[in-house]
Amino acid sequence: MAVQRKSNMHIIDGNQSAAIAAKMSRVQVVAAYPITPQTPLTEQLSQFVEQGELKAEYVAVESEHSAMAVCTSASIVGARAFTGTSSHGLAYMHEMLHWAAGARLPIVLACVNRAIGAPWNVLNDQQDSISQRDTGWIQIYCRNNQEIMDTLIQAYRIAEQVYVPVMVCYDGYILSHTEMPVDVPDQADVDRYLPPYKPHTTLDPANPKNYNLVTLANPRIGVDGKLYHGYMELRYLLQEALQNSRETILQAGREFNEIFGRDYARMFWEDRSEDAEITIVAMGSLAMEAIVAADMLREEGLKVGVLGLRVFRPFPKSDVVQALRKSRLIVVFDKNISYGSEGATCSEIKSALYGTYINASIRNFIVGLGGRDVKARELAEATKKAIASLKETVINPDYPEWICQI
Amino acid sequence: MAQKSSLSNQPLEIRWHGRGGQGAITAAKIIAQAAYVKGYKGVTAAPSFGAERRGAPVSASTRISTEPVLVVSQVENPEIVVVLDHTLLKYPDVTHGLDKHGWLVVNSPLSPKELGLKGEFSIATADATRICQDLGLIVAGLVIVNTAILGALIRATKIVDLPTLEKVMRERFSRDTVDINLAAVTKTYEITKLAK
Repeated sequence: MAVQRKSNMHIIDGNQSAAIAAKMSRVQVVAAYPITPQTPLTEQLSQFVEQGELKAEYVAVESEHSAMAVCTSASIVGARAFTGTSSHGLAYMHEMLHWAAGARLPIVLACVNRAIGAPWNVLNDQQDSISQRDTGWIQIYCRNNQEIMDTLIQAYRIAEQVYVPVMVCYDGYILSHTEMPVDVPDQADVDRYLPPYKPHTTLDPANPKNYNLVTLANPRIGVDGKLYHGYMELRYLLQEALQNSRETILQAGREFNEIFGRDYARMFWEDRSEDAEITIVAMGSLAMEAIVAADMLREEGLKVGVLGLRVFRPFPKSDVVQALRKSRLIVVFDKNISYGSEGATCSEIKSALYGTYINASIRNFIVGLGGRDVKARELAEATKKAIASLKETVINPDYPEWICQI
Repeated sequence: MAQKSSLSNQPLEIRWHGRGGQGAITAAKIIAQAAYVKGYKGVTAAPSFGAERRGAPVSASTRISTEPVLVVSQVENPEIVVVLDHTLLKYPDVTHGLDKHGWLVVNSPLSPKELGLKGEFSIATADATRICQDLGLIVAGLVIVNTAILGALIRATKIVDLPTLEKVMRERFSRDTVDINLAAVTKTYEITKLAK
């Protein structure tokens, strides 16, 4: 039954959306270092704390490495912790990202996607978060500012249920600095959706204990006579947590819909996939532009659909296979490059399809690096080029094509 | 009350040109908000991406549509170009791609004809700088024309009406600055010269 909801629309940019979502999630510790294009997010949060609108400790750190170290420490003593960063900041955090995931701490990080130097560039692509793919974090990408608000709130639900940190990624400038309508939820509803954080282990001086001590390769008996996991068992449990997080992510999306009326019970977004023979795959805001490209191609009589990737880790292999079952051609656009190989999302799609009955051709295009504008018409043209290439060969090329001037 | 009957069925793209510190980005945001209040479901407002410096040419964009806006790439063929500083007209980028059925709205003491521009688009001019100077709308030595030029924009294009704009500005501005800004809008609206 449809519930009557009063909408509370505000025209805000992506950074404001993330800041409000963190505030409504009642984060208790914010540790961040400003970096373009994330800066307005940290400024807004520090203002919320300063004005008393957010009862949190704002720790102004000297680096992103310390920001994540503070979030890790805060989380381990039972606080809900938040940070945001971009590009070089995320790269500088790399060691502590592993630490947060390895210690199974439900920290949420907003990654405002930006290119990485050299050469210097402050504009958007997704190389920064893709480079952190293997740190054990759940990664969710947003297409617009409403999704930033909603995903960030869901991120704490997910993280605190599976004890895995969540990175909420959104495109720098394209979303972070662009205002659009966002329905801002009621605080009471967010409180109903998001119960207080219950840590799995709490470090407390009143009850001293060791945590994350040197762990040997094999399981061993502790001083209390119990058998403890070796390093590899702990790594297995992290992998298992991500493998099993799909259900939690879907459940968090379903319950979000019940309270807020926006449905996130999905690992990715589908547009006209029911009859699509050609599927365009894209992640982040590009997945919206791709819908416009599909409109153009549909007008020319081509059966084109869009798969907008949302959850990148864990990668939803079987869901993707199901969505691509009718596709004869899959055109994957990546705003990142795994040098010497191909776009990271293209590799995922190929890997998901291996050994299934789907025998589609796959074409990969690298686009939009360092803020290069990507127009719907260019996505449509590339798709038509991919269709034409099928006449020459259906074999999937080793390397992607780049939409650039070389 | 939303006046759905008067909404444009075609999505509108506006590109703003000014100099850093003139408030082109704020203007882009105000008109997006006003359009939303009027009933357009899809609005976006964005600065040009990257670094901006006081006094250097800057641009911004607004998209307005009856449907949610899915396009995130940069504006290529705007229906409307608004120029806050007429000395920027010497750069071809400023009118580049402007739709021939569209409007060029310029803060200038000259009439549309006197601008001597080639192009099939319609032109609106208003001396917003003089209006703001007379009103004393000056901050840190800079004449702030971004709200005034909205008067010329809505006079030429009728995207929103004056009461809708006023409503949004009253929400957005503090009590001690809103009246002078609204006066700038109304006065500029009145003196705007149109050439279709």
